[in-house]
Amino acid sequence: MEHEITLIVNGVPRRTGVPARRLLSDCLRHDLGLTGTHVGCEHGVCGCCTVLLDGRPVRSCLTFAVTVDGAEITTVEGLADADGGLSAVQRAFAECHGLQCGFCTPGFLCTVTALLRENPAPTEDEVIDGISGNLCRCTGYQNIVKAVHRAAELLAEEA
Amino acid sequence: MKPPPFAYHAPRDLVAAVRTLAEVGGKVLAGGQSLIPMLNMRLAAPEHLVDINRVAGLDEIEVTPAGVRVGATARHADVEAAGVHPLLTRALKLVAHPVIRNRGTVVGSLVHADPAAELPAVLALLDGRVRLARWDGDGVAVREVPAADFFVGPMESAVEPDEVAVSAFFPALAPGSGFAFEEVSRRHGDYALAGVCAVVTARSAKVACIGVGPVPVVVELGEAWSDWRAAAAVVRAATDPEGDIHASAAYRGHLVGVLAERALREAAREGAAARGA
Repeated sequence: MEHEITLIVNGVPRRTGVPARRLLSDCLRHDLGLTGTHVGCEHGVCGCCTVLLDGRPVRSCLTFAVTVDGAEITTVEGLADADGGLSAVQRAFAECHGLQCGFCTPGFLCTVTALLRENPAPTEDEVIDGISGNLCRCTGYQNIVKAVHRAAELLAEEA
Repeated sequence: MKPPPFAYHAPRDLVAAVRTLAEVGGKVLAGGQSLIPMLNMRLAAPEHLVDINRVAGLDEIEVTPAGVRVGATARHADVEAAGVHPLLTRALKLVAHPVIRNRGTVVGSLVHADPAAELPAVLALLDGRVRLARWDGDGVAVREVPAADFFVGPMESAVEPDEVAVSAFFPALAPGSGFAFEEVSRRHGDYALAGVCAVVTARSAKVACIGVGPVPVVVELGEAWSDWRAAAAVVRAATDPEGDIHASAAYRGHLVGVLAERALREAAREGAAARGA
């Protein structure tokens, strides 16, 4: 049975019909065509599919689309400014080489965006704890941690 | 992998939720951070899911001098941020990762009853209880199950198939008590290989151990000890860990002894500081 749902994705109301078992990650990718959200492990370990649900980072592979009918979702596509300029977090990742293959990057960007909103000047330990739920098989994390601190600087400068 | 198909029900109030459950059976969905991985891996295939996320009033966190009552859809992160119970707050920081805690629920962790999970140990240590509701044909029947009876076995709680866990009550710590939660896991945020939660007052010490038995292992140590190493040996003797791919039984046994001593010392020190001793 199809369920009619409306998600406010990156500020735009999107209406679609989904079976109950449709994961939010698959709804975003397949039903709404937003393939920026990546799907890695599909059981909540890797963090690639992290999106913001009403402003908080959650695993979209551990959420049914039908459960969050009416909610506001921000995906990696919604992080840049309206004119396409990269967000401070995105610029910091580029500047610090916080990615290599890029598969895990959408999840990191969403997680870090929310982390810095909640804690604009995190300590090293707080950064490591904050990104502990996201796996990266390329970088060894050093440059990702640097990018989080750099993003905090950029955000402070822009504030 | 993708979850198997199921019929979906999203009741708006508790009466509808328990009536639906009584009619169709199936599983209750709250935060889904344990259930959905099990569905995705096809370890579970319920025909019906009763989603309680839209049930009004279930997300409340009620604080009284006697303790904290946490509603079934209160997220780990919200209970942690509320900071209303210091031992619960401490334990919540050890539950999975922050992102999982944004969605997972305290009551869901209790019902899931993983023997290595932190929150069942906290409920057991504090002699807390879980409130269960079911449809009895005329109305909503409610029962309270004490922690000692709630955890039945590994991944098995006292919740009957037609029952919804609506809240859990965590009794407040007595004034002048100290607490600690020590655990070791292979990776940050993983389930612990072993862990020990301790509460020490001027006249008593009590621990609950995780990962070393089918349910949280609670050990009453009675009068406060001067030799915590000896007390830790008593704790270790009370546990019967099993080995698996993550750790041998002997290693888990060793860990629980070390962690018990560490937790008891820390709780005793903190308790003494709280009493100005």
